[in-house]
Amino acid sequence: MIYLQLFFTFFKIGLFNFGGGYAMISFLQNEVVYKQAWLSTAEFTDIVAISQGTPGPVGINLATYTGYTASGSVWGAAVSTLAVCLPSLLLLILAGKFLFATRQKYHVAWHLLRLTVIGLIAAAALTLCNGENFIDYKSVLLCAGAFVAVWKYKRGPVSVLLVSGLVGLLLY
Amino acid sequence: MFAKIGLFTLGGGYAMLPLMERELVGKYLSKEDFLDITAVAQSAPGIMAINVAILTGHRLYGVAGACWAALGAAVPSFIIILLIALFFRSFAENPLVQRIFKGVRPAVVALIMVPVFTLSKSAGVTRKTVWICVAVALAVWLAELSPVYVVLLAVIGGIIYGKMKGRSV
Repeated sequence: MIYLQLFFTFFKIGLFNFGGGYAMISFLQNEVVYKQAWLSTAEFTDIVAISQGTPGPVGINLATYTGYTASGSVWGAAVSTLAVCLPSLLLLILAGKFLFATRQKYHVAWHLLRLTVIGLIAAAALTLCNGENFIDYKSVLLCAGAFVAVWKYKRGPVSVLLVSGLVGLLLY
Repeated sequence: MFAKIGLFTLGGGYAMLPLMERELVGKYLSKEDFLDITAVAQSAPGIMAINVAILTGHRLYGVAGACWAALGAAVPSFIIILLIALFFRSFAENPLVQRIFKGVRPAVVALIMVPVFTLSKSAGVTRKTVWICVAVALAVWLAELSPVYVVLLAVIGGIIYGKMKGRSV
């Protein structure tokens, strides 16, 4: 049953996703594109684009959109969004005090976790580098241009997505 | 409460923190409380903005406050995304939209690549530790290892290594 599957998938992501929206892309990719094959890489990339370009926490946007697209219904979106928030809710209510106290004690583990998160984000980007997203040399140039715009000129995601969409419209 | 928390989350990602600070500090929380809450929200699993909402709600109004705050923070983007998803589905086949997304997709890849480098600075990546990032990236990308196992391994490994280091000093 798709709703139950969505619930467990997003509950797992909510429980293990340390490191914010970008790291969550890697979790989602593994679960939704690779394991469950609910979406193709191109569909998934479109969802990431829309989640980044709209207001609100990227993680919520991703859960809502993926849940909707995978199930084709509003209920799928609701179940996924709820499931991705539930682990934090339980954990922070039950163990919030414990987390406040142990932050200093386990600083080595936190450091390792932060390094891991960088690896996860890199993996997310690399996995998206396939034939569905890069159809010709123009895509490669677009990616390089967007990279420079964000990295060097500190452009926000919304303007980069708008400009790249316009370029796509003109080129293809 | 519901509406207020819901409204100030219209921001996205780490860019949201200053906005939340302006809304919360003074009215609901002290500056120290807010710093405490954001630190824990960042180190707990899940979505950071939701975590901040949960912790703030919990501190002010207990368990019920935590639930309402989480709901309030999630519902506005839930509705916006749902509307976009409904809208986008009927336009996805449109050739114009397809051309636009051919341009957007490579840019998304770039958007994800940049934080790899910007976060590397703040996470203290050095020549000695960079192999961890590379190993994780390769394992998840090429071996299609689940990030769940990678995170578990990092937490357990970090705790054991931390204890060992503590003992030898």
